[in-house]
Amino acid sequence: MIKFEQVSKTYPGGFQALNQVNFHLRAGELAFLTGHSGAGKSTLLRLIALMERPSIGRVLINGHDLRKIKRRQIPYVRRDIGVIFQDHRLLMDKTVYDNVALPLLIEGYTHKEAAKRVSASLDKVGLGGKERHYPIMLSGGEQQRVGIARAIVNKPPLLLADEPTGNLDPKLSMDIMRLFESFNSVGMSVLIASHDLGLIARMRYRTLTLKDGRMIDDGLAHEHHGGALTGSEL
Amino acid sequence: MSLLFRSKRGEQGAKITRIGPIRRFIMFFVSNAQQAVGSLGELWRTPFASLMTIAVLGLSLTLPATLYVVVKNSQAVGQQWDNPAEITAFLDKDLSSQQVETFQRRVSLMDEVAEVSHISREEALREFREYSGFGSAIDYLDSNPLPDVLIITPVRDYSSSERASQLQRKLAAENEVSEVKLDLDWVERLQALIQLIEDALGALAILLCIAVVLIVGNTIRLGILNRRDEIMIMKLVGATDGYIQRPFLYTGAWYGVIGGLIAWLATFLLIWWIRAAVLRVTELYDSQFRLQGLSFNELLILWAVAVGLGLLGSWIAVRRHVAAIEPR
Repeated sequence: MIKFEQVSKTYPGGFQALNQVNFHLRAGELAFLTGHSGAGKSTLLRLIALMERPSIGRVLINGHDLRKIKRRQIPYVRRDIGVIFQDHRLLMDKTVYDNVALPLLIEGYTHKEAAKRVSASLDKVGLGGKERHYPIMLSGGEQQRVGIARAIVNKPPLLLADEPTGNLDPKLSMDIMRLFESFNSVGMSVLIASHDLGLIARMRYRTLTLKDGRMIDDGLAHEHHGGALTGSEL
Repeated sequence: MSLLFRSKRGEQGAKITRIGPIRRFIMFFVSNAQQAVGSLGELWRTPFASLMTIAVLGLSLTLPATLYVVVKNSQAVGQQWDNPAEITAFLDKDLSSQQVETFQRRVSLMDEVAEVSHISREEALREFREYSGFGSAIDYLDSNPLPDVLIITPVRDYSSSERASQLQRKLAAENEVSEVKLDLDWVERLQALIQLIEDALGALAILLCIAVVLIVGNTIRLGILNRRDEIMIMKLVGATDGYIQRPFLYTGAWYGVIGGLIAWLATFLLIWWIRAAVLRVTELYDSQFRLQGLSFNELLILWAVAVGLGLLGSWIAVRRHVAAIEPR
């Protein structure tokens, strides 16, 4: 699904965010991406969502080289990638319905069809019936779940989450992780960047670890000695 | 239109349901209509800021429109006075009355000539004695110093100043004619004056139009920057630049639509204002003149120009600024 080949990213000014990163996330796989803040987690996700381009190396999604995607085509790529942010990026002056329906309306759904999908999506994240609320009326956890509902409303094959539990308490964080699990169980590929190591350890999924822009652990052997590794490294 | 998952749709675990091309085509227009109405609603929500820009647009077009009406009417007046141009041909003094008569007949047969009247030298001298005030002093002259005169009225096609002077040259080439006078100087001066006003008006109109485009562009630019976060989010969930731009383009078009109406209204008011003054002037000149306002077609053109300028201004703004906002 996602393949990084010798990917490096240097920002203008010389800061090297990623250094020769290689990994392959298979279709239908759920994986965590971890590391200190500044290790390059966000940059890696941004490369997948085409918010940045790599300096060297190539990124492939479903076998397509993203270098060949022209600027005009970027929106169409993004429609297949659901992205969730720590700050949820909601339109605060629009209702929950308007927020979640946005990707559908952009793609050309009628409001009638969109309404069905929006309510299904909100049901899935446990916010059924809150269509008419404004984000400001919701708690932090609920706002985050509106962001998740928006990301999955058009059923993208690929879901990226950047610190989705960053501001939430452990109980809510676990709920959100269970949500991602359920999306993964219907075939969505999910990549979650998080530094919540305790949570990640409990979930027992493949964990990619970045340190100073290098991929120091692909986590494929995580099942066997993952606890020891994460403990020593971080 | 999925770029990355087109071929392997069936193999993906997650079910991807997409919209067909026909639906996409229809929905393009539906969403255009929705965005157009949405933009109008946006204007409604920020009436004061919108109204300022709209008023600038409308009033900026009022000045050229009113001046256009003035020029149009002065052209009509110029044409009225232009038509009965007369050409005066002074004939050679040595011609016998027989020759004068023959020549007069020949001139009257010319295609360009509608009417010829003859003032004989004796007649001319009599008139001169009566009206000049020299009276009996003229009796001391040995011979009549005045020539025979033909007064020639050209046909309609030859009454414009250019063609009349063409006829003048033709007559001057005749042997019997010693001199031809075409009293068109004042008509030419009037036309030159109108031309001057027209050119100045054109330049002024262009300047005002540029100002309108810049003002609309700036207002739209501020609107885009105000909604920077929203645009970023829309781009993140897959909105094309075109989709994001459209509401702003519609806003520009609405500015034009409403600004055009304001321009109509203001032009009507201005013309009504000057109408009384114009009528007084024409009364003094004993003229049968009625001030013409803007015709229906001209109103439509004025409206189209307003909408066009609104669109152009917003287009310049969205081209520069929507593309520049990238999600972070």
